[in-house]
Amino acid sequence: MPQVTFKVWRGNKDAGEFKDYQTDITEGMVVLDAVHQIQAESAPDLACRWNCKAGKCGSCSAEVNGNPRLMCMTRMEDLPTDQPVTIEPMQAFPLIRDLVCDVSWNYEVKKKIKPFKPRKPDNEDGTWNMVQEDVDRVQEFRKCIECFLCQDVCHVLRDHHKHEEFIGPRFFIHNAQLEMHPLDTEDRLGDLKDDNGLGYCNITKCCTKVCPEHITITDNAIIPLKERVVDEYYDPIKKLFKMFKPKKPDAAAGK
Amino acid sequence: MSQTPLSLPQQRKMGQTSRKDAWWLQPLVVFLGLSAFIIYANWAAFQASNYEHGAYLSPMYSPLLFEAPTQAAIKAETLGADAHMSHHSWFGAWPSALQPSWVPGWMLSPALIILIFPAGFRLTCYYYRGAYYKAFWADPINCAVGEPRNSFRGENFWPLLIQNIHRYFFYAAAVYIFILAYDAWVALWHAPAGTNLSYNEAAATGQLEFGLGVGTLVLTLNVILLGGYTFGCHCARHFAGGKHDHLSKVPTGKKAYECVSCLNRNHMKWAWTSLIWVGFTDFYIRMCAMGIWSDWRLF
Ligand code: SF4
Ligand code: SF4
Ligand code: FES
Ligand code: FES
Repeated sequence: MPQVTFKVWRGNKDAGEFKDYQTDITEGMVVLDAVHQIQAESAPDLACRWNCKAGKCGSCSAEVNGNPRLMCMTRMEDLPTDQPVTIEPMQAFPLIRDLVCDVSWNYEVKKKIKPFKPRKPDNEDGTWNMVQEDVDRVQEFRKCIECFLCQDVCHVLRDHHKHEEFIGPRFFIHNAQLEMHPLDTEDRLGDLKDDNGLGYCNITKCCTKVCPEHITITDNAIIPLKERVVDEYYDPIKKLFKMFKPKKPDAAAGK
Repeated sequence: MSQTPLSLPQQRKMGQTSRKDAWWLQPLVVFLGLSAFIIYANWAAFQASNYEHGAYLSPMYSPLLFEAPTQAAIKAETLGADAHMSHHSWFGAWPSALQPSWVPGWMLSPALIILIFPAGFRLTCYYYRGAYYKAFWADPINCAVGEPRNSFRGENFWPLLIQNIHRYFFYAAAVYIFILAYDAWVALWHAPAGTNLSYNEAAATGQLEFGLGVGTLVLTLNVILLGGYTFGCHCARHFAGGKHDHLSKVPTGKKAYECVSCLNRNHMKWAWTSLIWVGFTDFYIRMCAMGIWSDWRLF
């Protein structure tokens, strides 16, 4: 393959611009290889975060030609190389330098989600009995590598900066994983409705489209959670029934 | 969520993006497709006539609670004073108490009474919501493309909080599927060929004969597509098992959940094919009724 021009974002949180770099592309290269080659050849101070180069650590998230992608999983042969390839940092988080963002907001969000609270063990030796089909659903969510590309593309964060009121698709996945777990007894629906801003999601499915783990975020996690919130807080007939049927104090047997 | 305000990159302007693909194409297609349907459906609903042809009843007018006065007038003109009441009408003629003289005839359309449910169902459907927020409100116009407005309330506040009513429209839509299935069954019974009997006369005297016309196939496919769309609804999925943490103990059985999930995976495709086909079904029957083309009887 020929020499390709890359427009790479250079700068910090206060200022920055796209800078052009040329480098040779050979067969099998991914965007992260090209970035490393640019570092080696012409920009040793270009900041970029990476670790596994196998799509499993979620470190190399960036935007390639405007699409949130893992740089290590984006093959050069899949991009049009007759025009410059743009590489820029994620837009939903504060920039540290060049392609590196400060994603620590996500860690703070996660700390606030009520943790797993299993029911009492089923057996004397402290173990539980589970059926595979009860955990099939949550296993999809466990594939998440926390690359935060879904957070980056979600317009509620990216364009509307609702970081104070909205936890983003990654953490709806996390909530769904806990809420649908057959052993869990915690109730997170009130938090989802009030503090976590589930209602801000307007089902654009952008998060689902960018997830490198192909998690069906919107259909399998967010909408099912929205339906559970409707059950609990918005369905007038359900509400009526609940008035006559007081909640049991301990949902120890699971839901 | 964070303690200190985040210093985030500047918000992008409307349409600003580094995307190089034709990102505007998808919202444009959705905009044109939905607009075309809305225009046709409104036109068809306000016709208040030509909604039935023999055994066929347009799905946009089903259930036909009352015969539209406009349709009754056309019949009286073409068939004479003793023209039979539509066999499809549930409660006969349009009640005169509901026919104030100042209301124009096209307003007295039976479609307007019943379309509220399918229209509400589609309007509050999770798939369509995502699609029309993009295509009609540019919020966002497409993924990773700048938006026209900075403020955003999502579905977190009124008026869009009303979208949570979707399950009630689902209940109504599910009933409609059975009504439309009945219409497809009715479409199998025609006026006997080779006689002068009109459909309504044959129906009134129990002389209908079994037969299959192109219209029967059109109506059958219509109910299949609408069924696939309706029973693949996210609310159906929730009721069939989504709300339970122990899928293995779901009363309807795990099969029901899997079945709904299977339809749900292609919800968008069901949504579009059923939308287009319901429009076409009305159009097909309308053209038959207007005499523009005639239905072809296979047997
Ligand atoms: S579907 Fe919801 S969470 Fe996902 S990107 Fe769109 S608005 Fe954000
Ligand atoms: S859900 Fe997908 S896109 Fe979001 S953080 Fe996890 S792996 Fe990344
Ligand atoms: S370097 Fe680990 S995901 Fe790309
Ligand atoms: S989600 Fe589309 S019809 Fe219910």
